[in-house]
Amino acid sequence: MTQQEALFKYVLRLGDNALIQGHRLSEWCSKGPILEEDLALTNIALDNIGLAQALLKYAAEIEGLGKTEDDLAYKRPERQFYNNQITELPIGNFAFTIAKQLLISSFEFHLYTALSQSSDETIAGIAAKGLKEVRYHFVHSRDWCYRLGEGTELSHDKLQQAFNELWMYTGELFEMGEEDNLLISQGIAVNLQGLLTKWKETVSTVLTEATIDIPADGFMQTGSRNGIHTEHLGHLLAEMQYLQRAYPDAKW
Amino acid sequence: MVTTDLHTKEQILGLLASIVDPEIPVVTIQEMGMLRDVILTENSCEVIITPTYTGCPAMGIIEHDITELLHKHGIANVTVTLTYSPSWTTDWMSQETKEKLRNYGIAPPTHSSCVNWLDPSNLVVHCPRCNSKNTQLIAQFGSTACKALYACEVCKEPFELFKCH
Repeated sequence: MTQQEALFKYVLRLGDNALIQGHRLSEWCSKGPILEEDLALTNIALDNIGLAQALLKYAAEIEGLGKTEDDLAYKRPERQFYNNQITELPIGNFAFTIAKQLLISSFEFHLYTALSQSSDETIAGIAAKGLKEVRYHFVHSRDWCYRLGEGTELSHDKLQQAFNELWMYTGELFEMGEEDNLLISQGIAVNLQGLLTKWKETVSTVLTEATIDIPADGFMQTGSRNGIHTEHLGHLLAEMQYLQRAYPDAKW
Repeated sequence: MVTTDLHTKEQILGLLASIVDPEIPVVTIQEMGMLRDVILTENSCEVIITPTYTGCPAMGIIEHDITELLHKHGIANVTVTLTYSPSWTTDWMSQETKEKLRNYGIAPPTHSSCVNWLDPSNLVVHCPRCNSKNTQLIAQFGSTACKALYACEVCKEPFELFKCH
């Protein structure tokens, strides 16, 4: 793997995570449980898509084939997406989305904190920007975990069940491939294994406060580093990419 | 057609200072701290702006406004470049800009050093209408990415807070 290939795949992965997560959250538009939540979830979706735009634009520059961020978002097949599988899971019920958001935003908080010190100036700039936004995402999902966890028996159980179901997708967040190892030695990428303890501490603190049991580490899903996904990503892309697939290069 | 060599960087920055934020039309992109730089070459003009939020839909409109304004002044070859570093902060707003926001009905942001982002409920927010500090957070996310929803317990009016960023 060359330096260019490693950097491309790394930035693409960061961009894919933001894009798929943002697209999923946008599905809450007009379906939120209350108006304020409709606005909150779609605002967070917008932050994610904005971040994806910046990252995929940079990925396209690194690739050097004259593509745009839109080409990368709309014209790649499923096997060329490197987002963590947790981001592509369907939104489920409100508790499921909140649990997913807590796990992801806690991870992103530590990831962007570390990446804002990256020796790659573009990555550092985008991460510093993303960090400011993800703080609000984290506080949003944390406060909802408290309310659902300490709400009614039903809300508590739904949240507990969501964390139980999602836990097996968290191992993948910390997996590292060839590109990580190559870029870590240059101070560009972050050692994800080093973030695991911090992430666990953040998540455990919230779950304990929310009276939710922390699921035990068991079987962990894997595959996204090699473009292997759950059945859900294909369906998501079919909808997201439809227009550019049916009418290539159509302009707004 | 007038070429860029008839304009100095300062003149172009002066022209661009009149462009308002499409979502908060009482403040300009310069007052918001979004307008970062202008780079002139023999036949082109590059305007560097920084987004408030990465996904802010106003950026597209601002880009369009910049290009259109400079075209009107005879500068044909305009590019608008987004930069993320240093990342935009509400601390770049002057006191005067914050007053403009307040008069418009938006509570201005507190300086970032005074905000505990982990506990937004502890933030003291004054109502932009009656100045009471007896206000309540309704939602951290409002009509745009940069604002939160509040309500005043005294004058009973809802209002928006420009979030510290």
